[in-house]
Parts: sequence; structure tokens; C-alpha cells
Amino acid sequence: MFAPAPFLLKDVSVSQVMIQVCVALIPGIAAYASLVGPAILVQLVITTVAALVTEALMLKLRGKPLSLFLTDGSVIVTAWLIALTFPPLAPWWLVVTGTVFAVIVAKHLYGGLGQNPFNPAMVAFAVCIVAFPALMSQWPSVGLQLGLIDQMNIILGWAPRVDTLTGATPLDAMKTALKLGDSSFDISTLLANQDIYGNFAGRGWEWVAAGYLLGGLWLWHRKLITWHVPLAFVASLSLISGALWLYNPSQFASPLFHMLSGGAMLGAFFIATDPVSGCTTPRGKLIFGAGAGLLAYIIRVFGGYPDGVAFAILLMNLCAPVIDLLTQPPVFGMKDKA
Amino acid sequence: MLMDLFKFKGGVKPPSNKLQSNHLPIAQAPMPSRLVMPLHQSIGGTPRPIVAAGDHVLKGQMIGEADGWISAAVHAPTSGTVVEVAMHVRPHPSGLDSLCVVIEPDGKDEWIARTPIDHNAAAPADVFHHLQQCGIVGLGGAGFPAHGKLTPTKGVPMDELIINGAECEPFITCDDLLMRERADEVVRGIAVFRDLLQPKKVLIGIEDNKPEAIAAMRAAVDALNEPFSVVAVPTLYPAGGAKQLIRVLTGKEVPGSMRSTADMGVQVFNVGTAYSAWRAIAHGEPLISRILTVTGNVHAPRNYEVLIGTPMGELLALAQPHPDTDGILMGGPMMGFLIPNPQVPVVKTTNCLIAHDDRLFPPKAPEMPCIRCGACARACPHELQPFEMYWFSRAKNFGKTQEYNIFDCIECGCCSYVCPSRIPLVQYFRFAKSEIWAREREKNASDQAKARFEFKQLREEREKADKAEKLAKAAAAQAAKKAAEAAAAAAESGADAAVATAAPEMDAKRAAIEAAMARAKAQREAVQPKNTEHLAPDQQKAADEIEARRVAAHLIEDRVSSEKATAAPTAQLDPKS
Repeated sequence: MFAPAPFLLKDVSVSQVMIQVCVALIPGIAAYASLVGPAILVQLVITTVAALVTEALMLKLRGKPLSLFLTDGSVIVTAWLIALTFPPLAPWWLVVTGTVFAVIVAKHLYGGLGQNPFNPAMVAFAVCIVAFPALMSQWPSVGLQLGLIDQMNIILGWAPRVDTLTGATPLDAMKTALKLGDSSFDISTLLANQDIYGNFAGRGWEWVAAGYLLGGLWLWHRKLITWHVPLAFVASLSLISGALWLYNPSQFASPLFHMLSGGAMLGAFFIATDPVSGCTTPRGKLIFGAGAGLLAYIIRVFGGYPDGVAFAILLMNLCAPVIDLLTQPPVFGMKDKA
Repeated sequence: MLMDLFKFKGGVKPPSNKLQSNHLPIAQAPMPSRLVMPLHQSIGGTPRPIVAAGDHVLKGQMIGEADGWISAAVHAPTSGTVVEVAMHVRPHPSGLDSLCVVIEPDGKDEWIARTPIDHNAAAPADVFHHLQQCGIVGLGGAGFPAHGKLTPTKGVPMDELIINGAECEPFITCDDLLMRERADEVVRGIAVFRDLLQPKKVLIGIEDNKPEAIAAMRAAVDALNEPFSVVAVPTLYPAGGAKQLIRVLTGKEVPGSMRSTADMGVQVFNVGTAYSAWRAIAHGEPLISRILTVTGNVHAPRNYEVLIGTPMGELLALAQPHPDTDGILMGGPMMGFLIPNPQVPVVKTTNCLIAHDDRLFPPKAPEMPCIRCGACARACPHELQPFEMYWFSRAKNFGKTQEYNIFDCIECGCCSYVCPSRIPLVQYFRFAKSEIWAREREKNASDQAKARFEFKQLREEREKADKAEKLAKAAAAQAAKKAAEAAAAAAESGADAAVATAAPEMDAKRAAIEAAMARAKAQREAVQPKNTEHLAPDQQKAADEIEARRVAAHLIEDRVSSEKATAAPTAQLDPKS
């Protein structure tokens, strides 16, 4: 009988970690569903099924035990993040393409669980927004009230995609309006449009962001993530947006607007904190989070895409290994010498 | 006693499982049918057997004598007959055999004459010798000979003497019971250490889950009017690791690379060591028994005073193991190991036996890939990055593991405990360390072979030179003889005598010069750098000190240091407590 010490082990497992991440997403999902209707739940089902089937196929091809790896839950987290970052009325084949690409290329071709240098959900988002920019920019129009059947028909392609059904995100709408250079569009008049904007950011979207924030804080409370990445992300996003907002409040939105718009909260708490593709040292995590926050702002405000969180995180994924290498903390007893 | 405590990073809180075994007083284990005394029971050298099969020995009679400064004698635990001196399996994760003295008790339990020592009157060297002769070693787990830790490092004032009663490993309660029942003698032993080390203060650290032990120790300290502080430290595994306890009590962080904590003015002893040192000083009793917890999947867990050398199976039987017991764990569940068979004897460092079964210790779930969650790094009390060391150990990139300070790892098991992927991280680190040691040994062996070869060359050169010198002398003698003959002849002729005498003198001179050149060449060869030169000053100092100690102990026999090298990392932790 060969069993090395320790003989006592804490009751933890990869699937427990992943399940808790999914649980933490529920407040955000609930707010999302109440905003756009059941479409988001349909997307969650589509991505989950697509992810599980692809994962099973890849595990089989790679000769890995299905029972062990299919149940680890990691692919479900990927699937859910894809569903939550893609437009809720995106056609089924788009989200399936994204999911399949994420699982096959971003995850398994790099070696599977624990080996992917990039966050698979963000890879899916980046690939699809580059390949299908129009579809990836069509978000449900504000106040659009469609039932489950209608939404399913749109997603499944059985009903025509009518332009009036969809529009840009509040973040995108603001950028487009400001880019026109027409001085009549300043932030305060834009925000006065209470059809699109609510108290802090996009009407309704601000509560989705708050839901992610809540779930993220729970993850931190459960010690599944540390405070470093989310805090650094939020701090750097606030700092840069705050500085420009103070410089010209009519052309730059407030830090609070940025915090509660787009994928900021989801990215700060659920994606940038992905340990596999992110940094692991405390100082490294601070740099990673701050870099992601800064890049997200730059891309979303000055870049050509509706939001910058996905690209920001992918760019920081790229830097993570070297950041980790350069930020190794001193070991016990060597703090004076380091 | 109020004092500021410090924190060490990391640590885990496994279920303590101590209540099962700590409610009954210490019981005396019955005399076993046969005692197996491994000679190698401590860090350092292997004592030499001084008895042979057929000898009658008395209780406490020395059967193995220390073979060096870092070595401690072993003794017969009871009176009886030596059955054999042979190789038997000893309790070590390797499961390898080592030389053991097997004794059949005669049932009389007859003591040899015991000689106490007055440690106040005796010279420190005599006290050290006494402790060594009594076989006193660290009972916390590593088993470092106690006398080797009782000298302060030169030039470093001894600030704190720390007594480790933390006993942080789950299940183990032997130190708890020892402190509850024999606090007086523990404190007297601490006083001896204090007298020898002369520290500025003495701190006794006990985890706060042992209120009875804390109370008993405080009462004993007060009764003996000693200025020792009994400090309740927070229960957090591995608070009983020597360096963690030092950190908690003093705020000092002793680097992993520092072999001796005395270099930072602090020294740590286990409470059990203090107790047995006192028995040796005041009663002349060598270390032949110890307190041991028998617990786990048993009907009647409790602590026993047992003779060293008792087969573990016999002790486990006392606690009535449940029928589904499938193994015996020596030590705690965090750092212990399963013994290969129940005949394995108790040694000086055996603090706990745990009956193993699948209910208490469920079989491990299959290993999953690392997801870099960093839980291990947050749990590591030495603030290492276990997941990085894991990648490199797995890839056999041992140089990288050393860059990530793998030798600072004390193998406490916190990382494995928290890993959600169920990776046996400590196992990977042991693998990497032993590979690195094996490579170093190979390198040393090849260095030695190279040195031997160079010496052979040197010797051959010298012999050649000697030969040349001899030849030159012979030639000179020959020439002188010839010259003498020629002179005689010249004297006869009377002509050109001066020329004839000058020539042989020249020959003799030339031969002498050649011989001198040969000698000089040999000397040049002799000053080729050797591997003991170019030592850093501290290495040279360490070497000199070792040499001095060897001379002092009249032990000039050279020892292979590989044993010490393998023992080094464990020496840094008193893992039991």
C-alpha cells in the first residue's frame, strides 16, 4: 500500500471550485434574465450542451478518462462566461462556434485543464467579434419585451433578425454618439435619455453588473479568489476614467459609469481572476488587474470595439508568465535580502 | 503572561483529533517479548555496536557507542540477552534495513549502575559528553543529538531559548500528557538547557488547544521559581515547526538555508527532550523509553510509556484496533508514514502510532491537473510557490526547483492538504530533492575520483623526480670517483692536474642542479589547486570548527557526509509538535 503523507486532506476538489464559480454567477444571471428575458437562459443551455459535447469529444480523442474530466466543471464555467459575454439574441450557431473554438483550440490544443495560456471564453469572444463583428454588436433594444418563443425563434434563426429588435450597448451607443464630434452630444444630455441610461450606467445593465459584483464578493469571501485582481482592475479603471472625467466631464463618462458598463464587473471578478491564464503572485495579480483595467478603458473608449474587457484580459494573459517570473515573493526568512 | 505574538503566513487547520487520546493518564506498556534496537536512531552517525550475540546486558547498558560528535549512544531498554546483531527493517519511509541489536528480556528489568551528573559543578564539555553517552536526542521528530545544540554560535548572543510544546500535528497528544503529568521534571530539564546556553529569556510555546498542559507548566514554572514564560500560541498547523514557533514567539524568521537557528540567537528543544535530559542529568538514566500516543482506528486510544525497541504491532494491540485496520501510521497524519510491517520497532523519535483505515483516512481522489489556483502558495508556511516547484519537479527541471527554493520546503504537507486537484505535492518535492542529492553525490564521487587521479599523477611525478635525483647523485659519485682516479693518475704524471680536477666538479654541480630542478617541478605540481582550497571564509570556518570538534572528541575518523546531507532538511523542523 503506497500512500504518501499527508493522510488528512481538506474536502476540496476542482469541481467544487468550478461549481462555486457558477453559483457566484447566479445573481448576475438573474438580473440579466430580468432585463432581457429568457434568451440568456436559452444561451446558457446552448453553450453548456455545446461545451460538454465538445469536451467529451476532445477527452476521448486525447485518451483522457471522461468520468474524471467531464465532471470537473471547468468547461461549464467557460460555457457560461461565453453565454454571458455574447449578445443574448446572437444566433445559436454563433455561440456554438465560439464555444467549440474555445474548448478545442483555446483549451484542449494547449493541453486541456490547467494548461491554457488564454482564457477560453475570452478567446471565443475575440474570435467571434473579429469574424462576425455585426452579429456580435447587436444587443437587444432597450425595452424590447419578447416572450420565450419569440426569443428562441430569433436565436434559432426561425424568425428574421429585424434591425429594430437590436441595437448597440449603452456603452457603444455613447461612444458612437461622442465620436460624431457633434458638440450637442455631451455626456449629460446623453445620460438624460432615461430610455437607455439608468441611474449609474446603461438602464438595467447597471444591475447586472451589480449582480456580478455581489457574486464576486462572495467568491472572495469563500477565498476562491483573492482581492488583488478585482481591486487592481477597479482601481486602475477608476483612476484613468476619473482623471479623464475630471479633465473633461462632457466628453468622458464617470468612473461609476465605466465600472457598471459592459463587462467590467464580470471581467474583474470572474475572468481576470482565472488562475490558469492569469498571474499567481500577489504583486503579479495587482499588475495583471491594473493592466487589464487600464487596457479595457483604452480599448473601450478609444478603440474600435464596443467593449475592451475581453481584449484587455487576453493581452494581460499574454504578459502573465513574465509578470509572474518578475514578481516572485521572497520566501520565509529572506525578506531583508530580497 | 501577556506578550505580543507574531504570525507566520500560511498554515492550515486540519481537524485536531486529539480528544480521543488525551483524557486518560499515561499508562506503562507491558514488557514486550523481544526488543529490537536500531543503532541509527538520530541524525548524524550510526553508533558502533559494542555487544555481540550471547552477551547479557543490563537495563540502561550501552549497546552502541557514538561514532562522532553528531551521534548519540543507544542502550539496552531492559536487562536480558543479546540474541543477534543483525539487519532489520527500521521505521523510516525508505523501509530499508539497518543494523539492530535484538534483545530478549530476562524479565528482571535489572538496572545497570546509574551515575547522575551535577551539571552546575561539571564543565559544559562533561555535561555534553554525559548527554551524548545517555543517548539524549531531540524527541520532537528530527532526532538531532541534544548536546550538539547546546553551544551558542560564536559571536551571536543567545537571545531566546524556546521550548516546543506546541504539538501541532493532529492525533498526537504525547507531549500534552507529558506536560500535564511531568511538568516539574520538564521545567527542571529546561533549566539545565538554560544554564548551558545562558539565553536572555526562555519561552515555552504550547498551542492553545492544550489548556491543561499550559496550566500544569505554569504551575511548575511558578513552583520552581523560574523566570520562564509559558506562552499559549494559536492553534495553527505547523505552529510546532521549529522555525514557525520561533517566528510566532520572537518575530525572527530563520531562513531555510540556515542550518542552525543558533546563528540567529535562538535555540529550540522539544519538551520531551528537556524531560529526558533531566532524567539523564539527575538520575543517570539513558534514553530507553518515551511517551507515545496510540490512537486512530482503535477502541481504546491513550498514551503509553514504552521501551524503545518495542515492536509497534504489540503496542497497537494494547489499544485494541478495530478489525478493519489496514496499516500503522507512525507520526501524525500530516507528516507521518505507513510502516512496512508491525514488527518495526519504536525508536526515540516515534511519537505516535495511528491505526489506519479508510474511514479516518479516505483513499485519495485521483490526481487532477494543476489549475494554478494558488491555494498551496497561500498555505505554505515558508512562503514558497509549491505549484511552480511542482511543474519543475514534474518536468525534472531540478535547477529550476532550486531557484524556487525547494530546499526551504519542510515537507509539512500544508500544500497537499489544500490542493483541490489532489496533487501529492510533497511527494513531488521529496522526489526532486532526492534526485538533486543523488546527482550531487555522483558529482562528489567524480570529483573524488578526479582528485585521486591527480594525486596518482603527482605521486608518479614525484617518484620520477626522486629517481632522477638518485640517478644524479649516483652519477655525481661516479664522476667524483672517476675524478679521484684521474687525479691519482695525474698525480702520477704531474701534468695538467688542475684541468682534470675541474671537470668532475662541473659534472657534480650539473647533476645537483638537475636534481633541484626536478624537485622544484614536483613542488609546482604539488601546489595545483585542490577542492578544499578556495573555500569561502565561512565554509573554511565551518570546516575548522568541525575539525576542532573532532579533535576534541578524539574522533578523527573521517565520515562520509551523505547521511548528514540527507538528514539536513528534516533537522530544520521539529515536525511532531
